[in-house]
Amino acid sequence: MIRARLSLSPVTVLIAKRVAVAIGTLLLVSLAVFATSLLIEGDVAEAILGQSATPAALAGLRAAMHLDQPAYARYLAWLSGIVRGDAGMSLVTGAPVSALIGARLGNSLALAGLTALVSVPVALTLGITAAVRRGTAFDRVIGLVTIAIVSVPEFLVATLGVMVFAVTLHWLPALSSMRDVGSFSALLRVFALPVFSLSCVVVAQMVRMTRAAVIDVLDASYAEAARLKGVSPSRLVLRHALPNAIGPIANAVALSLSVLLGGVIVVEIIFNYPGVARLMVDAVATRDMPLVLSVAMIFCASYLVLVTTADIVAILANPRLRHR
Amino acid sequence: MTAVSLRPRRFAISGIVGAALVGFWIIVAAFGPMLAPHDVGAVVDLDVFSSASHAFPLGTDYLGRDMLSRVLSAARYTVAIAFLATALAASVGVVLGLAAATGGWLDMLLSRVFDTVIAIPSLMFGLVVIASLGASIPVLVATLAVIYMPGAFRTARALALNVTTLDFVTVARARGERLPYIVLREILPNVRGPLLADFGLRFVFVVLLLSGLSFLGLGVQPPHADLGSLVRENISGLGFGAWAVLFPALAIASLTIGVNLVIDALPKRGRR
Repeated sequence: MIRARLSLSPVTVLIAKRVAVAIGTLLLVSLAVFATSLLIEGDVAEAILGQSATPAALAGLRAAMHLDQPAYARYLAWLSGIVRGDAGMSLVTGAPVSALIGARLGNSLALAGLTALVSVPVALTLGITAAVRRGTAFDRVIGLVTIAIVSVPEFLVATLGVMVFAVTLHWLPALSSMRDVGSFSALLRVFALPVFSLSCVVVAQMVRMTRAAVIDVLDASYAEAARLKGVSPSRLVLRHALPNAIGPIANAVALSLSVLLGGVIVVEIIFNYPGVARLMVDAVATRDMPLVLSVAMIFCASYLVLVTTADIVAILANPRLRHR
Repeated sequence: MTAVSLRPRRFAISGIVGAALVGFWIIVAAFGPMLAPHDVGAVVDLDVFSSASHAFPLGTDYLGRDMLSRVLSAARYTVAIAFLATALAASVGVVLGLAAATGGWLDMLLSRVFDTVIAIPSLMFGLVVIASLGASIPVLVATLAVIYMPGAFRTARALALNVTTLDFVTVARARGERLPYIVLREILPNVRGPLLADFGLRFVFVVLLLSGLSFLGLGVQPPHADLGSLVRENISGLGFGAWAVLFPALAIASLTIGVNLVIDALPKRGRR
């Protein structure tokens, strides 16, 4: 009924539903993350003041931080703060969490964005080629290399990168520092190793999933029919297979890019890169909960945005949903 | 013709290599500390980050300790913690998955809860828990288990849903067999292969996540050390290519690649 009155297309309704599910999941995730932070021994006031604090001082700080309120009230206050961009104060430095994150977020996004820019075209080319040339030497080499990269820790890839390009060949600096970025070539030198390490991991994952998606489509009966009809291999792939593989491929890209979310943490630490992930690791070590929770929510939200975008692309790429 | 007859052989060889690697690490985990030539914590060389030599086959670390002894001892932590966590995730996940396959509100609830856990990037989940509970070994095992439980749950649930519709289950039900008999004697033997492969894959993920956490200094805490901690300890040697950074990382890689090769060599029937 509502659909008819607003004359919404089924695609719009599907997308709206998908976005609603994502927002619902994000709320559940925020609840889970906040609930986890309640597991802390004692409470945050004790963590700040130390064990020798007087009961009066503890009570005062608890009241000031609203720790005397019930958990659900604190959750709602925290959630509305996050939505407004006010995530409270860092327990360690006393600075606003939003300012701490704001200063670093751009760096992390630059690293992740550059990696995506490099890895998506490379991975799609390799994955589709491997699928089309299934069983050839090319396909087998790709399969071996990607499974090797997927099954080793990210820091091994980064470590080997440093050993080869910085230590042995002296082409690149082992550590990156944003201060050195003056010219384009300097920028390249600083970003080369972190982006290379991250790309290796992302590309390997993406190639495997893309290959599987394209093979699924090439094995479908309509692809067989087209082949029997005498369609040229390039036309078979470009006109018959790929349009139908867009959904699964978008999914592969999104899931592989979500590998970035974990990889970026390790890479920022290895290369001493001033991003959000370093902030997170330091915050966990000092148990700076407001900062930990905020960065965790940024990562969870990024993951959901990636997955939801992939679903929306799949909906848009499916012509069966356009008319009804 | 040759291609057909050659292919299974090659898989078998990579499977044997994988089994050898896995067997090697199981032996190291069981007996490693006994085989260590030096005391794990003892500073035995004045030279730090030295390369391989007769006395120190894997060189020495940032304090001049014997790397071979450190790796032999650390492997036990990595293998044991990862195995415990995977076993916990798999057993709880499979039991809940089989229970959820019967449908109803339990299925709805469990699926919703596990969907939420899946929507949290695994390293982030680990970091939040460790920030609030600290990084003791029991907390690590429990956290890793919770992170990988949804996967085991989903696999078991999907497999059970597939199998329960098959004729032999219907026949067993018609014979009047009880639920435990049907689950243990009819369903389980038919999903054992895929579940085993799933267990292996999950073990690899757990090893990688545990190593990642330890590498960040938020996993196994000193004086204990797993393979990821060894990479972290010696990371200052990376700038000049110290072997002490590379060996523990390669050790992790040989363990995870070994498990992957074994899984690949398992019969493919029924796997996703």
